[in-house]
Amino acid sequence: MLEYLQILGQEIYRILFLLIPILVSVAMVVWLDRRVWGLVQKRRGPNVVGPFGLFQTLADALKYIFKEIIIPASANKVVFILAPIITMTLALIAWAVIPMSEELVLSDINVGILYLFAVSSLGVYGIIMGGWASNSKYPFLGAIRSAAQMVSYEVSIGIIIINVLLCVGSLNLKDIVLAQKDLWYVIPLFPMFVIFFISALAETNRPPFDLPEAEAELVAGYQTEYSGMMYAMFWLGEYANILLMCAMGSILFLGGWLPIVDIYPINLVPSPIWMMLKILFLFFLFALIKAIVPRYRYDQLMRLGWKIFLPFSLIYLVLTASFLFYFDKLPKGNF
Amino acid sequence: MIIHSIFFYFFSIIAIFSSLMVITSRNTINSVFFLILDFISVGCLFIMVGAEFLGMIILIVYVGAVAVLFLFVVMMLNVAEQKNSWFTGKETKHIHSGLIVGNLVLLELLVVVGGWKYKDDLMSSSTLILSNTSNTHQLGLVMYTDYVLYFQIAGIILLLSMIGAILLTFREREGVKRQSYIKQISRNPASAVELKDVESNKGVKIDD
Repeated sequence: MLEYLQILGQEIYRILFLLIPILVSVAMVVWLDRRVWGLVQKRRGPNVVGPFGLFQTLADALKYIFKEIIIPASANKVVFILAPIITMTLALIAWAVIPMSEELVLSDINVGILYLFAVSSLGVYGIIMGGWASNSKYPFLGAIRSAAQMVSYEVSIGIIIINVLLCVGSLNLKDIVLAQKDLWYVIPLFPMFVIFFISALAETNRPPFDLPEAEAELVAGYQTEYSGMMYAMFWLGEYANILLMCAMGSILFLGGWLPIVDIYPINLVPSPIWMMLKILFLFFLFALIKAIVPRYRYDQLMRLGWKIFLPFSLIYLVLTASFLFYFDKLPKGNF
Repeated sequence: MIIHSIFFYFFSIIAIFSSLMVITSRNTINSVFFLILDFISVGCLFIMVGAEFLGMIILIVYVGAVAVLFLFVVMMLNVAEQKNSWFTGKETKHIHSGLIVGNLVLLELLVVVGGWKYKDDLMSSSTLILSNTSNTHQLGLVMYTDYVLYFQIAGIILLLSMIGAILLTFREREGVKRQSYIKQISRNPASAVELKDVESNKGVKIDD
């Protein structure tokens, strides 16, 4: 019994060691997002609290904690409270399989990429539940929009993942990274990288695809009725999800923790730093796009997902498969 | 293995409880939420017996896509209408057909469980090569070699049902205004905007 407790204690310690850095980096990344957004628009962005305004997010979080949580009288209370919790939890549990270096990973499972995909496809529930439980028009419209949007873009993300898997021959995230030792997949699969990036924008409801919370039409979409800490949980979950998508992109296409070139002075930099740099680079692109691209119309969004991305990624899948087959480059598994 | 059995009972109790709640809860939305919980715990049970690929696929396909569409449809229905169910004592028309279908499914389950004893006589033993490869590899080895035709037929049936569903719900309506993206993009200010001098009290005729 004592042995089990000891194992449990160790696991909890490891989980905390993963979660606390993620929460801190989410806070920092929110600051970065607002800062980039401000600089693009020739504003300063948050620069008052702490050095360079770094503590702005912490101050905001403190404000949210002390605000009153208002639950609408006509809301379905259980589902209403459950929704932000689900969003937050799903955004955090996915990090369990992200490898920061060859050893630094909480759980190294065989079907890591499927796990990531499954968790990111569950993310729609937080939004749909929040929108329905609010029992109000705008949140419900936002939730329905978001459900349709996320289901559509998952399809193309799934096919992009299959593209990468064809080249790797394994669903394990470590194997996916190690297979890119010679050539990052961003080079041979560059069109897939672009489509993955755009689909990731749509999957995380980021501008220019932030229709579920389009303030001009839907007030704040599914978050309209939320206040205080519950709103903050939606918000943190959203950013944790964005970071997760960046991590997924860097593992699938940018070679994860591998250095840019494997030569002497560069490969001294520890691997987690490389991983973080790649995640930050993708996040920087996310932030830039938020600032420079206007919002899509809903029918344009659906057309882009179903009529352009899906056929294109399918055709590219056939091309990749035929290329690998013709040049006999298909990965040989150990069976 | 204590931990293993604790987890097994944990997930199976949740699965049974939530599947009971699916059919007994009065609110249709709650039914769907319990259905989702059921799918998730069944997926966890799959992972526990080592079928990690199937477990993840259940999560992705059933929970991530099918149940979302369920929720989508159920939320559109009027929830208050569904309240006169079995337990309120009011008669509804669907109970008879529901009973027939339910009994049929029960009968089929009994046949399957009963026939499990004679499995070896009816089917050739499994062609799975049990080795230390991951079960994704094993599944792929079987599905794309021995059962490739069944796999293809299943795919074609799904495609046909999709086309059928589209055909059933598709209707051509008069007077629908469609947007042509090519036209919208290729417009330029010279052809789109026209400046006119308007004489007072005359107005301008705009051709539309």
